[in-house]
Amino acid sequence: MELIAFYIFSVIVTVSAVAVIVARNPVHSVLWLILSFFTAAGMLVLIGAEFLAMLLVVVYVGAVAVLFLFVVMMLDVDFVELKQGSLKYWPFAVLVGIAFIAEITLAGLSREMGQNELFNPMPGAATNAEAIGAVLYTQYFLLFQLAGIILLIAMIGAIVLTLRYRPDIQRQDIAGQTARRRADATEAVSVEPNKGI
Amino acid sequence: MSGLIENNGLLLGWLLVIGQILLFTIVLLLSLAFLLLMDRKVWAGVMMRKGPNVVGPFGLFQSFADFGKFLLKEIIIPAGANKTVFLLAPILSLTLAFGAWAAIPVAPGWVVADLNVGILYLFAVSSLGVYGIIMGGWASNSKYPFLGSLRSAAQMVSYEVSIGLIIVTVILLAGSMNLSDIVNNQQGGFWTWHLFSFNHVLMFPIMVVMFVMFYISALAETNRPPFDLPEAESELVAGYQVEYSSTPYLLFMIGEYLNIVLMCAMMAILFLGGWHGPVALGSEFVGLFPAWIVNLGHLAWFMAKVVFIFFLFALTKAVVPRYRYDQLMRLGWKIFLPTALVCVVLVGGYVVYAGVQS
Repeated sequence: MELIAFYIFSVIVTVSAVAVIVARNPVHSVLWLILSFFTAAGMLVLIGAEFLAMLLVVVYVGAVAVLFLFVVMMLDVDFVELKQGSLKYWPFAVLVGIAFIAEITLAGLSREMGQNELFNPMPGAATNAEAIGAVLYTQYFLLFQLAGIILLIAMIGAIVLTLRYRPDIQRQDIAGQTARRRADATEAVSVEPNKGI
Repeated sequence: MSGLIENNGLLLGWLLVIGQILLFTIVLLLSLAFLLLMDRKVWAGVMMRKGPNVVGPFGLFQSFADFGKFLLKEIIIPAGANKTVFLLAPILSLTLAFGAWAAIPVAPGWVVADLNVGILYLFAVSSLGVYGIIMGGWASNSKYPFLGSLRSAAQMVSYEVSIGLIIVTVILLAGSMNLSDIVNNQQGGFWTWHLFSFNHVLMFPIMVVMFVMFYISALAETNRPPFDLPEAESELVAGYQVEYSSTPYLLFMIGEYLNIVLMCAMMAILFLGGWHGPVALGSEFVGLFPAWIVNLGHLAWFMAKVVFIFFLFALTKAVVPRYRYDQLMRLGWKIFLPTALVCVVLVGGYVVYAGVQS
């Protein structure tokens, strides 16, 4: 049963990954990419890592890929023109592909998959969220904090890059607007006839 | 559910599972028809109108008449539309909305899939709902739908962040990501519901704030007024739905309402004690009845809570004017996100130092 599901999922992942590259329309590429992310999450569920699977869906499919799609949809680039010169990059692509396959094969051969303790849930932990938490906040605590700090720096960097003071535009002062009372803006005047204010 | 296959053999087990799913789907769709009517009736009531009152007694069958009308009309696909994606979008929207309901426990043990990471699953699937809208808006190849889908993408991604952090506070208090465990953590009466949490009295003000923020974020996440900017009638006609007609439009609408009711159910489960009544009945009294009648009672409480929150949703739609887009973003990023972050730290600190969990 699990084997059948695994083969179905792996076919879908492979086909959609190929379709990401082959698709002519960039938006279709992103949609295929999302499908392959999603199916990869399904495969994680199959090996019993449901916490990781849900994180993959929440972070990559639910947030990162939405922003991909957002950007690609708004770009107005002629992709046919862009793809014309792409043939000369083929040797590099092949080289990278071969290196990647070689590395994975090497890793797979040196340790038998599934026998490795990394692939098995921690014995004694009730759920795999607990297992990950127990390792993440003890053994890898410093690395985890470091990753958080790197992300924080990246975030601050992005904010600093886009934050510039422009005196020529009007800004809203929301606190000021909501604090306004009737007396600040209006004035009751009794106007005498034929005189005006 | 997983026990069904092991206990009944492969064939009967699968049949039972499929039957369970079908039953749940049908009940859900039927309730949705009446919730839709309720939405319109409440809206009408606030405006001192009568609302739908022609089809059936008190207009009770209005939704079914609408359903027939949607099915019988012609499906129009714009000439410039990307046909596959255009038709895929509403289907995806509906499928995801139904899929999320699989993890909702409606009574003790009455759940299609009792996942260990149930709350994360709900969060993940509801965050995927945005794809239906983006794909629909893009594939229509038209300006209003496109603007609507862009707005929706930014809006839903923003409010997901605060929803996620609010969920974390509940997970911390309950000590589990399993929805049934979260509900059972609130057993014993309304004072132990996460909304009030009088048993952790320090948490009371925080959880009330969390509930209100979850409610507002849920409005934004499901594109309900006052945050219905992706389909703002006065600006974008109908936003991402402009080019949709007939059955595809119906699928979008059912998906949207399923998501709204899902958010109501999440609020009932996370904050209002799920299937538990406001006062715990003695076990001697409960023991007098067979288990399925007790479960029906639990189901009734769960549905009452969901309908109550849906009533609040409908009321909000009628009484609150639409937000402006920059105000919406400001509320999400500058107010909700920091508040939720601080609350996560406070609740986390309380859980650790008050020794709530082992």
